[in-house]
Amino acid sequence: MKRLAKFLGKTLIIAAGLSALNATADVLQDIKKRDLIRIAVPQDFPPFGSIGTDLKPQGIDVDMANYIAKEMGVDIEIVPVTSANRIPYLQTKKVDLVISSLGKNPEREKAIDFSTPYAPFFLGVFGSKDESVSSIEELAGKTVGVTRGSVEDLELEKYAPKSVNVRRFEDNNTTLTAYLSGQVNLIATGNLVATEIATRQPKRAPESKFMLKDSPCYIGMAEGETALQAEVNRLIQKALANGDLNKISMKWLKAPLPKGFGV
Amino acid sequence: MLHFADLLQYSDVFFSGLLTTVELTVLTTILGIAVGTSCASIRQYGNKTSQRVVSIYVELIRNTPFIVQLFFIFFGLPALGVRLSPWEASMIALTINLGAYSTEIIRAGLASISKGQIEAAKVLGLTFRQTLTRVIFIPAFEKIYPALVSQCIIVMLGSAVISQISVEDLTYAANLVQSRNFRAFESYLVTAALYLGLSILLRFAFNSIGKRLFVYREAP
Repeated sequence: MKRLAKFLGKTLIIAAGLSALNATADVLQDIKKRDLIRIAVPQDFPPFGSIGTDLKPQGIDVDMANYIAKEMGVDIEIVPVTSANRIPYLQTKKVDLVISSLGKNPEREKAIDFSTPYAPFFLGVFGSKDESVSSIEELAGKTVGVTRGSVEDLELEKYAPKSVNVRRFEDNNTTLTAYLSGQVNLIATGNLVATEIATRQPKRAPESKFMLKDSPCYIGMAEGETALQAEVNRLIQKALANGDLNKISMKWLKAPLPKGFGV
Repeated sequence: MLHFADLLQYSDVFFSGLLTTVELTVLTTILGIAVGTSCASIRQYGNKTSQRVVSIYVELIRNTPFIVQLFFIFFGLPALGVRLSPWEASMIALTINLGAYSTEIIRAGLASISKGQIEAAKVLGLTFRQTLTRVIFIPAFEKIYPALVSQCIIVMLGSAVISQISVEDLTYAANLVQSRNFRAFESYLVTAALYLGLSILLRFAFNSIGKRLFVYREAP
């Protein structure tokens, strides 16, 4: 009997604690009060987040995290996370924001809230400067290289006009080689792959022609934090308007933000 | 459970792949044997310099992997300004490859024709052309015919790797279908059966050509 009472008592205390937590859950105020924002970033996913030669985290997500902290006028604590534990970190309030190349999907939207997009992440058609293509219809009659069986291959098959000559290669590297050797002037791939080409062979840096599938990165935060969400969105819009976001994109992705990004 | 019915909607993909493989095989077999015959003649009867050139070609091709030769022609040559379509690159790579192997095979046949036989033809008053065809080449080819046929079939089967440079051959069709419906067992089984059928057909075609070509023995 005594044991049961003790157990019930404990449960009550925990429940009370939990409801108290919920009641005062304005993370934005907490951040201001403790003068510190804790932000989760990846450390194993360049160019979003990796460890630089100075052993400090670097990348789009790190720059974005520093930008948010600076604009809020608070100190920053960078918390390295992996893609598997970034959402649990947020749900257990170990961090205030997750800036970790996070894409949106219905399952995630049930668990956490998202800001507006801050970084581009998309599959698209890329090509050399002399190829003037700006929509999938304009691909008609042209040759496009793609990795067989990839999502971009399926997208092309679904939406591209029949007259497109799709050359399918075995793997990403062969597709890249086909582009770099000039065997194809257009390739369908992810924007990170295009960045990789631009880094390795600046002379043949591919331009983004149009998107096949867009899934940009959002900043994640705990559910119901409307004040924090509004503040983060305001800061993203500001960076978008004054060109800071584009600078980050140019620095890490070697390409400007796609047209109409974040609108 | 096996689902061969899932392949039916892709039958045109398989069919056009099959056509590409057949087309390339026929072309490269004819061109490859032509290259082989010329090079074998040079190696057997030519002067020292041309013999050396041919043997460098033969050794270079016979001692490097086919896929490397293919990638060199398709991905490497553009650096020198030579840009070939996947189809052209495969055709050239296959011809060069068969040419080198058949050079060695045909040379063995030519080496088996004794000098005395050629001299006998001269004594009997055969013209140069008659000597070349009836005394040298036809008997030489007859001796090495089975080896040559096998080599052509090996090259036809080896042409599967040209799918790597996006030529839409039979293997490309199999890979494509497999990447669309994930029926790996069924699509590769069907492809294997098609290759087997092609090999049998090719052997049959060669045999009937052989029967016509090597008739002189049956003459009274």
